[in-house]
Amino acid sequence: MKKYTFTEKKDTRSGFGAGMHVLGQQNPNVVALCADLVGSLKLEPFIKENPERFIQCGISEANMIGVSAGLTIGGKIPFATTFANFATGRVYDQIRQSVAYSNKNVKICASHAGLTLGEDGATHQILEDIGMMKMLPGMTVINPCDYNQTKAATIAIADHEGPVYLRFGRPVIPVFTDADQKFEIGKAWMVNEGTDVSIIATGHMVWEAIQAGEILEADGINAEIINIHTIKPLDEEAILKSVEKTGCVVTAEEHNRIGGLGDSVAQVLVKNKLVPQEYVAVNDSFGESGTPAQLLQKYGLDAKHIVEAAKRAIARKQ
Amino acid sequence: MEIEQLEKVASQVRRDIVRMVHGCQSGHPGGSLGCTELLVALYFERMKLKENDGKVVFDMDGRDEDLFFLSNGHISPVWYSVLARRGYFPVSELATFRKLDSRLQGHPTTHEHLEGIRIASGSLGQGLSVALGAATAKKLNNDKGIVYVLMGDGEQQEGQVWEAATFAPHHQVDNLIAFIDLNGQQIDGPTVKVMNNRDLGAKYEAFGWEVISIEEGNDMAAVAKGLYEAKGRLGHGRPIMVLLHTGMGYGVDFMMGSHKWHGVAPNDEQLAAALAQLDETLGDY
Repeated sequence: MKKYTFTEKKDTRSGFGAGMHVLGQQNPNVVALCADLVGSLKLEPFIKENPERFIQCGISEANMIGVSAGLTIGGKIPFATTFANFATGRVYDQIRQSVAYSNKNVKICASHAGLTLGEDGATHQILEDIGMMKMLPGMTVINPCDYNQTKAATIAIADHEGPVYLRFGRPVIPVFTDADQKFEIGKAWMVNEGTDVSIIATGHMVWEAIQAGEILEADGINAEIINIHTIKPLDEEAILKSVEKTGCVVTAEEHNRIGGLGDSVAQVLVKNKLVPQEYVAVNDSFGESGTPAQLLQKYGLDAKHIVEAAKRAIARKQ
Repeated sequence: MEIEQLEKVASQVRRDIVRMVHGCQSGHPGGSLGCTELLVALYFERMKLKENDGKVVFDMDGRDEDLFFLSNGHISPVWYSVLARRGYFPVSELATFRKLDSRLQGHPTTHEHLEGIRIASGSLGQGLSVALGAATAKKLNNDKGIVYVLMGDGEQQEGQVWEAATFAPHHQVDNLIAFIDLNGQQIDGPTVKVMNNRDLGAKYEAFGWEVISIEEGNDMAAVAKGLYEAKGRLGHGRPIMVLLHTGMGYGVDFMMGSHKWHGVAPNDEQLAAALAQLDETLGDY
């Protein structure tokens, strides 16, 4: 198992803020919008240097999406930012009509996704956003795994023409990817090559998958771990290449098991190569208040649950 | 363009509207007929449009020209007719309205790349926000173009409209002129009965808008004068709201003043009766 070490822990939302800081300096067309959550989205450095390119929308997310769509008419690249719940479910129709159907170059950037925002509880812990966003024709859906990857993804999507949903989170987690990585939309990242089971993970679950890989290694199981940061368009080739080798899959995501990465992977398998798949995901429920670690454990999303799922998947192999 | 000329265009646009809706036996003639003077006056007189050799040209960005957004997208027939008559696409294409493989979808979209359309609309309440974004982009680009947006009065019941109404004065979007088509009707009946908007002028004033009224929204001279006045008030830190009093179905006697023709197509007999009231001035498509 390839060794992943880290010297610090950071939140992925800070990676977004750092990416925006860079974009503010590099791309004069980038405009940031926020619905009264500037501190949570880490936008201060961007705003300090580019006050004229920041639009405070107040607690009016629907209007923020519409204003963003309008800004693209005139060549601006709007980054509309708020919590994932308010960036998707609350404004689904606005995104559907004014952004996706109209094919506008809007970047919807959503923090506090999933269970790990923690104590605020289920009203804020959206677990359906990947599903909603990936169902929109033309929408690119990205869920990076750590601070460095989120920063790189933020910078990369400014150069991508078309609507993007970028999802990140609140908890501090290990920074284990390269600081100077090149982010390729739609390209899976091989975390560890293995032969016995493919663990396909996204977002915060990638670090959990690495920890699971180490536990499995101690049990004599050689896990292949793939980071799917882009859920749509999905790197089908990388997934199929991996299962040809391993013959079974675990998908891991901080999302409802219905409609997320797991279902996207299942579609690929059903169509191309039927192998056993186990889901590590929230089992069609809402979340609740708690610390991120407690929630990951209770809802079956931590390394221990990935290990169990991997063993189940391997046992199902013919 | 002289008022008389604009009226001739309006008559033809009204013929187009009833013929388009009749042709596919669906669509929304009532609001379309009521807003004919406004759209004709905007596109044939008031708006600065990008032209090349005297012919309009369309690009999505719309730099250095005026832009129009239709928030109440269901009155697409009037917009499609005006765009075609202004030269954005062939008038013959009006015959495809709402039919399979047409660029003239039931509600306006960018999806089929129809010249003149910059955003999809139809799900109500979104157009003002989009127009504010486009107006803000113009300011950032140091572009002196004006952004116009039309909404329905029933549409004022959507919450997003009031988010946008709060945003516009706060950010001093003073290169934007919005209209509300005050025809007093919506699908389920008169607006005062379905959901009373009460005094929209007072509401927008309280939100910080400069509000003016065009009392005779189906009188071409009054509309042209109102547009001139609205433009004169731009650039002073406040967005402009024009309350446009119109008659739903205006110009076709049996369609006028009732919500019943909001989304109903005329039959052959009714079409003939409607066309008999509208002069063919520019040639039917």
